[in-house]
Amino acid sequence: MRIRWLVALVLLTVGAILTAPVAPVVASGPETTVSQEKPFEGIEVNILTFTGPQIAEPLQRRGPDFTALTGAKINVIVVPFSDLYQKILTDMATGTNSFDAFVFAPQWMVDYIIPGYLEDLTERVQNDKDIQWEDIAPFFREFSATYAGRIYTIPLDGDFHMVYYRKDLLEKEGMKPPATWDDYLAIAKAFHGKDLNGDGDPDYGSCISKKRGAQAYWFIFSIAGGFIQSLGTSQGAFFDTETMKPLVNNEAFAAALDIYNETTKYGPPDELNLDVGDTRSLFTSGRCALSMDWGDIGTLAIDPQTSVVQDKVGSVILPGSTKVLDRKTGKLVPCDEKICPHAINGVNHAPYAAFGGWSGGINAAAKPQVKDAAYAFFSYMSQPAQSNVDVTIGKTGYNPYRISQFLNRELWVKAGMSPKAASDYLGAIEDSLNSPNMILDLRIPQNQRYQQVVLDKAVSQFLSGEITKEQCMKQIYDGWEEITEELGREQQLEAYRGTLGIPTK
Amino acid sequence: MTTERVSRSALAEVGIGVETRAAFATRVVSSRLERMAGNVFILPAVLVVLFLSIFPLFLSLSLSLSRLKFVKGGFEINFVGLANYHKLLFGSEQDHFVGVIASPSPFGWAFFLGVVAFLVWRLVCYIRAGGYGVVSLIGRVLAVVLLGLLAWLLAHTLSSEGRPGTVVVTLLYVFIGIAVQYALGLLLAVLTTQRLPARRFFRVVFLLPMMITPVGIAYTFRMMTDTDKGPFQPIWQALGLGLYSWVNDPWGARAAVIISDIWQWTPFMFIVLLAAMEGQSVELIEAALVDGANRWQVFWHITLPQILPVSTTLILIRMIEAFKIVDLPNVLTNGGPGTATESMTLHAFIAWRTLDLGGSAAIAYMLLFLVTFLSMSYVNILRRRVVEV
Repeated sequence: MRIRWLVALVLLTVGAILTAPVAPVVASGPETTVSQEKPFEGIEVNILTFTGPQIAEPLQRRGPDFTALTGAKINVIVVPFSDLYQKILTDMATGTNSFDAFVFAPQWMVDYIIPGYLEDLTERVQNDKDIQWEDIAPFFREFSATYAGRIYTIPLDGDFHMVYYRKDLLEKEGMKPPATWDDYLAIAKAFHGKDLNGDGDPDYGSCISKKRGAQAYWFIFSIAGGFIQSLGTSQGAFFDTETMKPLVNNEAFAAALDIYNETTKYGPPDELNLDVGDTRSLFTSGRCALSMDWGDIGTLAIDPQTSVVQDKVGSVILPGSTKVLDRKTGKLVPCDEKICPHAINGVNHAPYAAFGGWSGGINAAAKPQVKDAAYAFFSYMSQPAQSNVDVTIGKTGYNPYRISQFLNRELWVKAGMSPKAASDYLGAIEDSLNSPNMILDLRIPQNQRYQQVVLDKAVSQFLSGEITKEQCMKQIYDGWEEITEELGREQQLEAYRGTLGIPTK
Repeated sequence: MTTERVSRSALAEVGIGVETRAAFATRVVSSRLERMAGNVFILPAVLVVLFLSIFPLFLSLSLSLSRLKFVKGGFEINFVGLANYHKLLFGSEQDHFVGVIASPSPFGWAFFLGVVAFLVWRLVCYIRAGGYGVVSLIGRVLAVVLLGLLAWLLAHTLSSEGRPGTVVVTLLYVFIGIAVQYALGLLLAVLTTQRLPARRFFRVVFLLPMMITPVGIAYTFRMMTDTDKGPFQPIWQALGLGLYSWVNDPWGARAAVIISDIWQWTPFMFIVLLAAMEGQSVELIEAALVDGANRWQVFWHITLPQILPVSTTLILIRMIEAFKIVDLPNVLTNGGPGTATESMTLHAFIAWRTLDLGGSAAIAYMLLFLVTFLSMSYVNILRRRVVEV
C-alpha cells in the first residue's frame, strides 16, 4: 500500500512539473488576446542597461506609463558600466537571449550588427510618424542610429564633452572662460585650495572623473583631440587613415597626457577613484571651479534639491590648442590658416562626440511581438512629448539630441535655467555639433577593446604614477597595434575610413 | 579463468558432485562481486570528482591555449598555442602581469644576493647530509631556482624605476599579510589566555571581523581611508593630510588593502592559535615554572614549540587562501589607482570581464602553478621539518 501511495505521489509530482510550464500559458490565454486599446497586453520586455540612477531612471519611471498605454510591461535590468558591453554580447552570442532589448553606447553596435544579433529597425522607423525622426539632429541619426545605411538603434540621448566653469567665480576674478588647455590649467590653479562654496573648507580647481573601469576613458581624447585633429572630421584623431597606425605616440598625445596629469594636481584627493556621478555632485555642491563632462552638469546644476550653483554655471566648447600635430614628423607645429583652417581666434578646437549618446537596440532573437513592444517603448521614450522633458532633468542622464530641443529655449527656462544659462548650455552643444572639426568616436570592430581595455588601463596607470608618459604612449600604441594585427589591418582600416566617410582604398 | 580451471580439476579429483560444484561457482561469483563492490560503490563519487574537478581543469587549460572570437550566429574558440602565456610574460601584458623591470637599488641587490646565498647554502647542506632520492634532489634544485627567480623579480620590480605587476603585488599581499596576521593573532591569543578581566568578552570581539563579509569590510575601509569625507576626516585635516588620498597613491592603496586584509583574517589566526595554546600540556609549563623559568622562557621554549605544528598548518591554509584575494582590492580600490592593487585573481577576473577568456585562463593557470609550487616547497622544506622536530 505504501509503495502504491509513493508511486502515485511521484507520478503526481512528475505530472505537476511537466504541466507547470503549460499552466501560465493557459492562464494567460485571455490576456494574450490582442486588444485594440492595449496592443501589447501580457507582453513583457526585458531591457538591459547600466546601473543608474541616470539612464535607467527614465526607463524605470516611464515604464508604468507605457504599460498603462499599451499593456506591455517593461523590466529594466541594470549591470555596472564595465560589464555592459560583454553582457550584451555574451547574452546574444551564446543564445541565452534573456534580454529583449538594450540601451547601450551606439559605438559598440558594430560588434552586435556584424554577427546579426541586432534587429534592423529601418522599416519600423520609416512607418513611425510619432517618433519624428527628422527632428533628431542629423549627427545622432547617422552616427548613433545608423550602420551601413540601415537603422539599428533609437537615440535617447545626445553626447558631447564640454567644459563647465563657475561663472560667478570667473567674473569676480575678471577671468574669461578657458579657450585653450593652458587657460584651463591657469583657472584651475587660481581657484584650487580656495573655499568656493562658503563652507569654510578648501575646494578644488578642477574635477574630472578619472576612475578606471568606469566612464572616464574618453576624457584623454577630449584633451588630445585639439592637438591631433585640425583639418576636419575626416582627418580622424585615433589612427592614420592610410596606415592604421595609432596616433598616440607623438608630441601631441604627450602634451595631452601632461595636461591631463596636471589637472589631477588641482583636483580632489581621490580624483582617480571618482566616477562621473561623483564629480557631478562635487561640481553641483559648489566644490569645483571647473569640470569636463557630458551635458549632464548643465541640467543637474538647475536642480534646486541638489545644486547650490543654480545660475552660476557656464559651459563652453572643449578648449583647444594653438599647436597641432604634424603627422609626418610626430612633432607639434604652430597653427596657421593652412594647418588649422577651422581655428577660432588661432585656437584649434576639436569637440569630441564621446560615446555618441545612449541608444536603444533590440535583440533580433526576441519574439516578434516582444520586438514590436520594445520598439514601441523606445519610440515612446524618444518622442518629443517625453524626450523634451527628460533632457531637461539632470538625473535622467539624457542630454539634448533633437533639433526642437535646441530651438525651443522655452523648455529650458521652464525647467529652471535662466535664458542666459540656457543659451550658454545649448550654445556649447551646438558649437560642438556644428563644428567641422568634430571628432567622431571610434566605431570600428571591437572598439571597446581599444578604448575600455587598452586605453583605460594605460592612462590610469600613468595618472597614478605607475608608469611614465613614454611608457603609457608605448603601451597604448603596442596594445592597439596588437588588436589591429589580430583582427586584420586592412579590414580595420577600411572600417575606420568608412566611419570617417573616406572612400574605400 | 586459470584459477577457475584449477578449482574445477581439484573438485573433480576429490569427486565432488555437480550440484556442489554449482554452489561453489555461485560462491566464487559472489565473492568476486563482493571484492568489486568497493570499487563499484566508489565509482559514482570518482566520476563526480572527475566531472567537477579534473574535467574543468583540462577545459580551462585548453581555454588558456585558445582565443574567443565572435562570428556570425555564435562564437569560435581558436587554438593559439602559448600566445596567451607569451602575452603575459613577454608581450603587451608583461608590464601588467610581471611588472616593469628596472635595475635594482643597492638594497634590492643585497636582498636578491642574500636570498640566493641562503638558498644555495641550504641546498649544499641538504646535499652534504645525504640520504635523499633523485626526485627529491631535483625538486630541491627546482625550488631553489624558482625561489631565486621570485627574489630577482621582487628586487627588479620594487626598485624606484620599476613597477610591481600583479604577481609581485599578490606575493606582497600574501607574505606581508600573513606575517602580520600571525604575529597579531599570536599576541591576542597570548593575551586572552592570561587571567585578565573580561577576557571572554574580548575573545568574542576579536572574532567579529571574521564574521563580516569581505565586501562590507572593503566598504568600511573605503570610508575610513577617505580623507575628505570619512570618519577620520577631522584627524586627517588636523595632521595636514586633508588633501592626501590613500587610494590615489599606489603604495597607499596597497597598504589600505593589506591593512583591511589583516583586519579581516587576524581573527582566524587568533582563534586557531588560542585553541592550540589552550590544548598544550600544562605539566610542562608547571615543571618549567618550578625550575624557575620566567614567562618569556616558558613561551619561547615550551609554548611556541608546542603550537608550531598547528602554526605551520595554519600558515599553509592562509597562504593558499590569500593567493586568491580578489574581493578587497576589487571593492576597496577597483584594482587602482591604475593597476596598483590588482591581485592575480582580480587581473584574471578583469580579463574575463573583457571577454579575454584565454588570457584569463592563462593567468589562472599561472596562479595555480605559483600556489602549488610555493605550497609544496613550504610543506617539503619547512613544515615536514618542523613536524619531525
